[in-house]
Parts: sequence; structure tokens; C-alpha cells
Amino acid sequence: MIAALSLPYPFETAEAQRALIACLAVGVFAPMIGAFLVQKRLSLVGDGIAHVAFAGVGAGLLIQVWPVWTALVFAVIGAVGVEVLRLKRKAAGDLALALFFYVGIAMGAVFASRAGDVELETLSYLFGDPYAVTWVGVVTIVVLGAAVVAAIGLAGRALFAVVTDEDWSRVAGLPVGPLSVALAALTAGVIVAGMKIVGILLIAAMMVLPVASAQLMARSFRGTLRLAIAIGAVSSLIGLTLARPLDIAPGGAIVFVAAAVFAAVALAKRTAPRALQQEAH
Amino acid sequence: MDAEPAPHLPARAPEDAEVLVRADDLSFSYGHDPVLQDVTLDVRAGEFVALVGPNGSGKSTLLKVILGALEPGSGRVELLGRSPRDVRDRWRVGYVPQRPSLLSEVPATVQEIVAAGRLRQRGWWRGLTGSDHAAVGHAIESVGLAELALRPLNELSIGQQQRAFIARAFAGEPELLVLDEPIAGVDAESQRRFRDSLVHLIRQHGAGVLLVSHELAAVADVIERVVVLKRRVVFDGSPSELASRGVSLGIHREDLPLWLEDLR
Repeated sequence: MIAALSLPYPFETAEAQRALIACLAVGVFAPMIGAFLVQKRLSLVGDGIAHVAFAGVGAGLLIQVWPVWTALVFAVIGAVGVEVLRLKRKAAGDLALALFFYVGIAMGAVFASRAGDVELETLSYLFGDPYAVTWVGVVTIVVLGAAVVAAIGLAGRALFAVVTDEDWSRVAGLPVGPLSVALAALTAGVIVAGMKIVGILLIAAMMVLPVASAQLMARSFRGTLRLAIAIGAVSSLIGLTLARPLDIAPGGAIVFVAAAVFAAVALAKRTAPRALQQEAH
Repeated sequence: MDAEPAPHLPARAPEDAEVLVRADDLSFSYGHDPVLQDVTLDVRAGEFVALVGPNGSGKSTLLKVILGALEPGSGRVELLGRSPRDVRDRWRVGYVPQRPSLLSEVPATVQEIVAAGRLRQRGWWRGLTGSDHAAVGHAIESVGLAELALRPLNELSIGQQQRAFIARAFAGEPELLVLDEPIAGVDAESQRRFRDSLVHLIRQHGAGVLLVSHELAAVADVIERVVVLKRRVVFDGSPSELASRGVSLGIHREDLPLWLEDLR
């Protein structure tokens, strides 16, 4: 057990400090992947994959395996499967995806109910419980996050090209299929890493909301990415700081802050002097 | 077919110039709908070929077959001397798609878009080096966007955006440039820039250009060969040959499209 650092309230205990690290990690890594998903116009795909991850949670509870592993298997298979269908243009728009995802959540509900008296545990996955995260959990999240950072460091430019203009990338000879599948797998990884922290129902929001705010302010893709990471981390910090004194769910608090940032940015941009925007032309 | 068979004039490019694209008796159909029939066409290094034809004449399909996005039903097609899907050094081919609808939520600068054109050459997993950045800068300059390089694409006019996509193709220093209706609805300034940068690519770098367009007025004086497609190749020759049939590319902008309609 690692002793608690002397941090002020509400981060004075070891469990609160683990929660802080976990939330900051999710706040940083989720928007990193999210920027590519938003650019690909797949803002909602994270939500869908999270639904499939829930089937994995149910399966884990049923067969008594740590649900994070089973969720990872389900989410990766679901995300990659959907991406392969999309690449082959076999999926008839979002209807096929919707079916896929609803079956996921239905499976999760059925599995969990068969697993017996696990309602509380199920709830902790649906809404997140950062104070319950163990050091193993924290390390898992940080390792998954490091994989995301490494992948984007290595393939970020190519991923940008692919999500920006898929047809052109194919003609240009970029490995569109493998890169798209890798992005899907990373998305699944981040969702599973974050589901215990902000919850299956809210993790996708952390992929999209900081990016939505950042793209209103930034003037390049790189700038959007950096700003989204900063907004994600700050939202996590503020949300978690407010959660304990106000006695509210941390996941909800974090996403609320991220949404409030978006509202403030959008409002500021609307009411900003027109001259600022005119100047750009 | 009521059109005469195509007079196949020799290309103006020297006979020993490298053949970049070769299609032999190419046919393609979507189901039972024949789109291309017995199309024979070549594009050599240093040559500027314009491919024209009425809507639905198979121009885009032909480009897709040439670029390997579609398999031909019958006949043969070679890109850089190989079957299009086997071409390894794809960076030798630059491609400017019909105005792509890529402008999504996230801002991306002209420079970021153009830098993508350099990826394949470098190896997509490697960072860009000084010479890559120089090539990107040069490509942006050649289409006249140097001052807008750091501006997000969605703040630019349609013509400027299209020039950015042309610069993306230029950045890879292609030996063959394939353009699909790149100047539809583009302003006069952009059309002039467009013409100049194509001439530069052909004269300075010896590249071959295959341009699909309805609007040839801007490039009429530099086109060496016109290929008219209407499922088959119905004309393949110089602009003056075409003029002798009463069709001019430049002076009366409407001539060509009208003539194409008559062919229907």
C-alpha cells in the first residue's frame, strides 16, 4: 500500500488520490482519441462501444472474471467488428450499428441478472466509482493511456489523414484498413479504462465534449488536440474536487463541468465582437 | 454507337517517354450496365491529357479503375507499369479528388492538410524531416497559398480549399497527377494559379497529368491531348484536331459542353 501524500481536502486520503490520478488520466486520454473520432464524424461511436462493453461487464460478473477483462474483449471485438463492416461498406448506415449496440446493452442486462445479486456492482460500472479504484486499476488505466499516447505519437499524422479524407488516403496508399481498426481498438481500450471511473454511460462524453469545446477555439488540428487534452484534465480536476463536498457522483460532476466549459466557450464565441471574426477574412 | 471511331493520334510526348498509365480494351460494368467499353488510353511522362465527356460517360469510373479502386471487367490496365493494386510506391501518383466533403468539425490548417501528401513517401510512421517540410512549403507556395498556410481550411474560399488539395498532391512530388473535376466552381484567380502550377509540374518535373474537367478554358493553351469519352473513346487527339471539327476548348467556353451534349 502506498501512503497518502499530504494534499488538502478533498484529496487528503489515499483513495481520493487514486481517484484523482485515475480521473486525470481519463481526462487526458479520452479527448486524445476523441479528437480523431470527432474528425471522422463518429462522435457517437464511443457511446455504442460502451454499450457493448457493458455486455462484457455482465459476462464477467456471470463467469466471475474481473469484468474489466471481459469488457475489454467485448469492446475490442465490437469496435473492430463495426469498423470492419463500415470499411467493407456492408453496414447499412447507422441502423446496423444501432442494432449492434442495443444487443450489447441487452446482453449486459441479461448476463448481470443471471449473475445474481450484483446490482450495486453493475451500477458502479454504469455510473463509475473512482473512489473504489485500486492501485492495480490505476496502473491499468495509465498503461492503456500510455498505449494511446504511443500510438498517436507513431501514427498520429497518418490517422489524421485517414479520418480527414479516407478516400484520398486509400488512393495515396496509406494503410487505411489497419489504421482504422487500430483506432477502433484504441477507442475500446480507452472506454474500458474509463468505465470504472466516470461510468459506461458517461465515458464517451469525455471523448467528445472537450474536443467540441476545443474546436471552437483552436485553429488547427494539433491545437485542437492540445486544447482538448487540457480541457479534459481541468474538467476532471474541477469535477472531482466538487464531487465530495457536494456529495454528488464524480463521473456526473466531471461531465457536467466539461459540458459547462462547452456552453461557456460557445456563448463567448457567439457574443464575441464580430470584428474578431471579420478580421480572419 | 453513332459516333465515328476515334482517330488515335500519336501523343506529343516523345515515344520513349515513360508510359505512366496504359489501358488496353478496358471494359467495366455495374451489374448489366456497361459503363466503359473497349477503352484504350495511355498517358506518358511530360504529357498533359484532358479527359472529357458528358455526365455519366464513365470518366470517374475510368479514373477509379486506373487508380485501382475498381477492378476492370475485362481488358488490361497498368499504372506505372504494374497492375494498379500492386503499385507499391503510390506516392508517385498524386490525386486530387472531386471537391471532397471533408470539412468537418475540427479545424485543420492548410499546412496540416498538405503535409498529409508527404506521408506515403516518408513512411507514415516516421516524422517529417526538414526536406519534407520544405516540399510542403514549396507545394503551398506553388498554388499561391503561402500567406494562408496556417489558416484553417474552413475559413478559405472554395477555390482556395481546392488549391490546398492540389498542393497536397504536389507535396508528394508525383510523377503522375490525376485530377477529377478540380476546378468546378472555382474563381478566376484560383483557375490561373491552378494552370500555372500544372505547367510547372509538367515542365520542371516532367510529370504526366490526367485531368478530368468540363471547364478547360483555363488550361486550353497548355493541353496537348484531349480524350473524349462516352463509354468508348470517341476522340483522342490534339486540341487543334478537335478545333478542326468545329469545337474549341478556349475561346467559346460553351463549345465543348454543348458538343458533349450532342454526343449523348
